[in-house]
Amino acid sequence: MAKPENEITWKDIKVGFVVDEPGSASVYRTGDWRSQRPVYERERCIRCGTCYVYCPDMAIKILKDGYIEHDLYYCKGCGICAEECPTGAIIIVDEEE
Amino acid sequence: MATRVGIEVSIAAAEAVKQANTDVIAAYPITPQTHIVEHLSELVNNGELDAEFVPVESEHSAMSVCSGSSAAGARTFTCTSSQGLALMSEIVYAVSSLRLPMLMILANRSLNSPLSIWNDHSDVMSIRDCGWIQVFVENGQEVYDHVFIGYRVAEDRNVLTPFIINLDGFVLTHVIEPIEMLDQEMVDRYLPPYQPLYRLHPNQPVSIGCFGPPVLFTETKRAQDEAFNSTMPHILKGWQEFGDLTGRYYHPVETYKTEEAKVIVVTQGSLGETASIAIDTLRGEGEPVGLVSIRLWRPFPFEEFREAVKGAELVVVMDRAISYGGPGGPLAGEIRAALYSQEVHPRVVNFIIGLGGRDVAPDDFVQMVQQAKARPGEWYEIYGVRE
Amino acid sequence: MDKFLDRLNIYASRLVLQKEYLMPGHRACQGCAEVLALRLVAKVLGRNNIIASATGCMEIVSSPLPLTSWNVPWIHVAFENAAAVASGIEAGLKALMRKGGLPQQKINVMAMAGDGGTSDIGLQALSGAMERGHDFVYVCFDNEAYMNTGIQRSSSTPFGASTTTSPAGKVVPGQTTWKKNMPEIAAAHNIPYVATACPSYPFDLMEKVKKAADIEGPAYIHILSVCPTGWRLPPQLAIHAGRLAVETGIFPLYEVERGKYRLSVDLPELRPVEEYLKIQGRFRHLTPEMIDKIQQRVLEEYEKLKKKVEMTNEG
Repeated sequence: MAKPENEITWKDIKVGFVVDEPGSASVYRTGDWRSQRPVYERERCIRCGTCYVYCPDMAIKILKDGYIEHDLYYCKGCGICAEECPTGAIIIVDEEE
Repeated sequence: MATRVGIEVSIAAAEAVKQANTDVIAAYPITPQTHIVEHLSELVNNGELDAEFVPVESEHSAMSVCSGSSAAGARTFTCTSSQGLALMSEIVYAVSSLRLPMLMILANRSLNSPLSIWNDHSDVMSIRDCGWIQVFVENGQEVYDHVFIGYRVAEDRNVLTPFIINLDGFVLTHVIEPIEMLDQEMVDRYLPPYQPLYRLHPNQPVSIGCFGPPVLFTETKRAQDEAFNSTMPHILKGWQEFGDLTGRYYHPVETYKTEEAKVIVVTQGSLGETASIAIDTLRGEGEPVGLVSIRLWRPFPFEEFREAVKGAELVVVMDRAISYGGPGGPLAGEIRAALYSQEVHPRVVNFIIGLGGRDVAPDDFVQMVQQAKARPGEWYEIYGVRE
Repeated sequence: MDKFLDRLNIYASRLVLQKEYLMPGHRACQGCAEVLALRLVAKVLGRNNIIASATGCMEIVSSPLPLTSWNVPWIHVAFENAAAVASGIEAGLKALMRKGGLPQQKINVMAMAGDGGTSDIGLQALSGAMERGHDFVYVCFDNEAYMNTGIQRSSSTPFGASTTTSPAGKVVPGQTTWKKNMPEIAAAHNIPYVATACPSYPFDLMEKVKKAADIEGPAYIHILSVCPTGWRLPPQLAIHAGRLAVETGIFPLYEVERGKYRLSVDLPELRPVEEYLKIQGRFRHLTPEMIDKIQQRVLEEYEKLKKKVEMTNEG
């Protein structure tokens, strides 16, 4: 929905308060929750895709060449990717660093 | 064309559900609703009705199955009584908020305790504010007709709200009455197939029943309230067109001999027919007494009611449920609310009658009218109790 | 199986379909393995899937108005009725397709609930739906307590675990009852397919979901879903903890296909349960005697399971 939620009036509510725009929550930035962030070292990556599979927040994109990129718009900084990476290509650091 | 037959009211109701080409029926057996679902099962298993009959393990699941079925876009029916309604009530409230049309026949029966299988209105009064359109019927013909009317109104794009038909348990469900059955062609003319506005289908994914944070909860409720209050003209249209088709016209408030009446008796459901005999007796004795039967319980027909009792000095309201610690029965509360805005309004006296299958005879109505006239003030009383 | 064994199929990750049906922007806690499991389930079931969700973490994190994380049709009605709502959707689609109201096509119907919505309040509705034989997939995301309301114990909470309604007190040391064996309850309905899974083993999980969807009739999948918040575990260890649950035999991965049991990961030797218990705050108070009691129980249950595998595969 284009309107901020505190400007939505009762007239904007669809019949049965149905939400008819699939996947609209992807506008919601969960990256703001982060206190730590992943740092990716491409050279150590073997392009196995483990991080992609295990990410609970769909915050890892597999690029065309098989390497990955973190999507910090969504990444909550849980550190699973770093923990599960078999080659140590991802480490997790404090947001301030 | 139509055919007049002698038939048990429950069977006639089930036949109407068949003629309405219902897609899904979900129900759990409870007395006195059983004859309706038994007959529906027979119709399905004999191939006379092409529908899914889902024999659920509880009424809670009955209403839940109905929610899923209606959300999938299917024409959906359920039927229950008393405890069954109480068990499903959580979901009863949900489906109206989700605007999922469906039809329920409620064979009215008292609520436990003590356990009773007999008739009163305490079941439906427990879900008075649930956001379903609620009508009361007085006889078998009316329940048969309202199956079509109920679907038609509930599924109307301007309504999309579930519909309850209140049918008194045993005194209506289990009696044989002459009923005029519609030809299929008439039904099809009156009741088009259900075309949902939204449905659960991969072609157009929707999310139904999302979580309501405080910033939007009130807006969703305002939208629902507005939608519900806007159903009245569509209900009236449903009745009007049914009347044009069959010659049987229904109204939010049915009146009997209310012209020049100084005393009005108010009832709901099958007791209306009993009360009308008392009205005839009293009129015969020169008493200016009339009868108002509240057919449409929700949305409550405030305007129509005020019009029906215009000029009356005394309104005697017959409730078939108790509102403990309230101003009397739930119907009397509504009647008082309807009259409060009037500059001059009649005195309202409230009797609670016919609980748990207690018989109420025409003479009882005569007695109650006399008592109400004789004793001043506004009061309520449970009538016919051994002191 | 350890991390090394996992690496054998590590490149298979790249074969996983990239399309998501549960979209990012959901509000699950950091390191939530439940939402990960849900993401994987949704991927496998794909576009032609309708979801009936119970009230719970996954419901609220994916659907606060005015937004939805769902790319597939989704409905939430109440807590205890996901299986019944799914029954209704299935019945509705069946009737409409048969009668010409909808074009014939294969649409999967999925019901989902947490452990509370499955093994406690939703058990009756689930049992009814399985018994009636609706063609649907029921997925229980088991994080072993009522996490959505603040970590209260359920019948799926394991023995000894400290929750807000089974706190580790001076007299009573946490949960006093053994975890209800929900997959066995499902299997007792003689439905065509029952499986346990864990997102720490994503390919196993996805294969089972695929199988469940392909099989006609009811299928039940019980997914152990590590909850870092409720289990008091660092979020990055969520996958590791799931792996330990399997490797210690606390949560064996198996399937029951038309009555035949099969272990998905047959471990020659189980790791000591202590390895799994010691990394979680909810078990911090356990005495060596209690750990021992849990160890004994796990070995007994694992043996029972192995016997079922033998018995149902004889001849």
